[in-house]
Amino acid sequence: MNANRIATAALLGALVALALLPFLGEKFTVQICTKIMIMAILAMSLDLLLGYTGLVSFGHAAFYGAAGYALALLTPQYRAANFWTSFPLAVAASALLAIVIGFFVVRTRGIYFIMVTLAFAQMLFFLFFDTKIAGGSDGIYIDVRPVARIGAWQPFRLDDFMHVYYLALVLLVLTYVLLRVILRSPFGRVLAGIRVNEHRMLSLGYPTFRYKLACFVISGAIAGVAGYLSAVQFGVVNPEMLGWHLSAAVMMMVILGGMGTLAGPAIGAAIWMLLELGLQSLPSAGGVDLGKHWQLLMGGFIVLAALLLPNGLIGFLDRVRGRRDESHD
Amino acid sequence: MEFNTFLIQLLNGVQYGLLLFLVSSGLTLVFGIMGVINVAHGSFYMIGAYFAWWLAGGLGSFWLALPAAIALTMAIGLVLEALLIKRLYRRDHLSQVLLTYGLILVFEETRSILWGDDVHGVPIPAILSASIPLTETLSYPVYRLWISAVCLLVAGLMYWVIQKTRLGMMIRAGSANREMVQSLGLNIELVYRVVFAAGITLAGLAGMIASPVSAVFPGMGNQVLIVCFVVIVIGGMGSVKGAMVASLLIGLVDTFGKVLHLEIGGLKLLPELSSMTVYLLMAVILLWRPEGIYGRRL
Amino acid sequence: MTETVLRTQGLTRRFGGLVAVKDVSLECRMGEVHAVIGPNGAGKTTLVNLLSGDLEPSAGKVVLGDEDITGLAPYLISKLGVGRSYQKTNVFLPFTAFENCRLAAQSRLASSMRFFRPALADREVNAAAGRALAAVGLETRGSTPVAELSHGEQRQVEIAMALATRPRLLLLDEPLAGMGAEESARIVTLLKGLAAEHAILLVEHDMDAVFAVADVLTVMVNGMVLESGTPGHIRSSRAVQEAYLGSEDAE
Repeated sequence: MNANRIATAALLGALVALALLPFLGEKFTVQICTKIMIMAILAMSLDLLLGYTGLVSFGHAAFYGAAGYALALLTPQYRAANFWTSFPLAVAASALLAIVIGFFVVRTRGIYFIMVTLAFAQMLFFLFFDTKIAGGSDGIYIDVRPVARIGAWQPFRLDDFMHVYYLALVLLVLTYVLLRVILRSPFGRVLAGIRVNEHRMLSLGYPTFRYKLACFVISGAIAGVAGYLSAVQFGVVNPEMLGWHLSAAVMMMVILGGMGTLAGPAIGAAIWMLLELGLQSLPSAGGVDLGKHWQLLMGGFIVLAALLLPNGLIGFLDRVRGRRDESHD
Repeated sequence: MEFNTFLIQLLNGVQYGLLLFLVSSGLTLVFGIMGVINVAHGSFYMIGAYFAWWLAGGLGSFWLALPAAIALTMAIGLVLEALLIKRLYRRDHLSQVLLTYGLILVFEETRSILWGDDVHGVPIPAILSASIPLTETLSYPVYRLWISAVCLLVAGLMYWVIQKTRLGMMIRAGSANREMVQSLGLNIELVYRVVFAAGITLAGLAGMIASPVSAVFPGMGNQVLIVCFVVIVIGGMGSVKGAMVASLLIGLVDTFGKVLHLEIGGLKLLPELSSMTVYLLMAVILLWRPEGIYGRRL
Repeated sequence: MTETVLRTQGLTRRFGGLVAVKDVSLECRMGEVHAVIGPNGAGKTTLVNLLSGDLEPSAGKVVLGDEDITGLAPYLISKLGVGRSYQKTNVFLPFTAFENCRLAAQSRLASSMRFFRPALADREVNAAAGRALAAVGLETRGSTPVAELSHGEQRQVEIAMALATRPRLLLLDEPLAGMGAEESARIVTLLKGLAAEHAILLVEHDMDAVFAVADVLTVMVNGMVLESGTPGHIRSSRAVQEAYLGSEDAE
């Protein structure tokens, strides 16, 4: 019980810190933090799929990008979209995409699942990259951010970076709470069973396909939330939002932080983004511009992490503390 | 469609399919024998092409560059297996995917540092630079026929190994079973090292021989990898026969998809959405046989 | 008149050239323990797999109650009231013994697509799990992860999970495998008690247990039914003695 109290205290502490940050930090810091929180939402959504259900999706970015593109396509040129309609519609777009893709991929197992999720995500990537549907490889600019108006009142302004920060924070907390509730529910227990022993779940009478598909859709929808926020923050969407570099990065965030812990991947997102930032600002060494070629060191880091940290940071810490490696119930 | 146009597209489709087979057979073999998914496999296609360009330029001859590039690629494969890949044999797929994905980044950036990000061309070797005339206006390049010939030769070699050798017996049994390998009197560490190196060299070879016709550019490895995945999903993981069937299928579907015109209800489908055809094919296969045409039921 | 819960007709399963199960016809009735015995490789586990849906028959029929369940998926067969335990322990190792049973009991809900109330708040499911655990004698071990239980206790969880799904037909594949004498005795008593409200198909090698508990015996050799009948009939059958009982497994 003591460990749980410490964990809860840590979470609340982090929450307070995040709530106060904008008053203590500069604009740049606040914006980085917003980006981190958005990635944390994305990472938690993948954790539901990967950490809790054991479905290794290598194409998760597709649902992130889809919502971003949805907002971009819903935004009229030079005018603002309505937040209250565009947000649900964008998330619905991601969910719908997840239903369609999920219907095909959830029937596969193991290595096939990894490959087909990647393949379908890449299909989407090429669809946007090669065609003129949405600006091709350049993407689309969202000239005016969505407006959240209730009558004459604007509760928040999405062109204000502080408001975007707090919206991201609120959605981060809501996502965390929602996922905790879902994981504790009968549905969540089925997912856990599927991860440990899907064959047994089938012989116990569970039609596992439906549950995996539902998980895939929920996960995709939450990724859409992150994608929408990202489009709002940066005002631009491009095919890279659907690309496999992002899919791989999110997987790394989940692994780094610790699969199947929910809070772990959120921390992993922070670690990853800060690592990326740090590497990108490296100077030249030995005639090589390390900052420009930051992916070289990032790649090396990923190789090492994959070799040495199969259970992520939290698993590593657990081992250091001598606790046995078990799944998290 | 005119017959000659059809013939040209058919030859192109088969050539593309055979090249795909060369690349994907390496990937499927490594997984079938060692149980390792190497997503950096596509990078070796790129590495092979860049070696061909670099060595052809440096040595002044495509024919000198080819064996040198093959040797270099094999060497990299042997070292890579000894240092990293062999640690993946008992690991889960996720770890394998991540580690080899990290390798992709390392390879991409190293290439960028060494040779930059420009697109390069490799001149077609003189002996093969002729074209076979089909009509007064149409002709077919000998070099493309040579590519297909090389692929068929390698495929034949693979067939012989798989059907006639002890190693081949193991491949056909589809096992990543150490005991079986050892009982066949083979040194398992050596076998794994050579198989891995051979697998990635197949991808490299494909890149080398393709370079005169498809250019040498940074994204080529990733591009081919995705198609390889589609090949394997359709053909079945671990099956060389499946890789051949699926590769030819995809080669033809993709090639013809780009030249046919298809409009349904005012919507322009082909050739505008030609890049989606192989994925649609994959989707259909998934509905019918999720483990691939020749894949084992998981 | 006891009701026939399960009936098979000419059940056959081929693997390429090998016929693992050939032309097996048998019946399981409510209130009866029908034991299937035979030497290793006789096809007993394959038979159970055919009945639970883990394998599809090459030929023949399986009828549960009034319904033809031939070739149905395992989860559908389970929902129709068939509970199965596996020869090789097939449980959720990281979960507690209670959670194993609870998840099994939860499968009886019309749907587990419930997202908002905690799973542990469902008192009926919890009670069913508790009853299943108590039936096999593990009520004090509920909060222990199954991975930490002894092999015999894990086999008990295996049975409890099948029980927690409240089936009419129980398919038990070597439930006593690896159990000590005391645990075996407890399970035998359990089976005798269960027989009243279930139809039980029991595959076992422990002859003492089989003869203590079985109402009907079917002897399988090389995938086929050699003999079928009451324990007395089987014990005195010369064919059975030659083929099976006369060898190492006599009392």
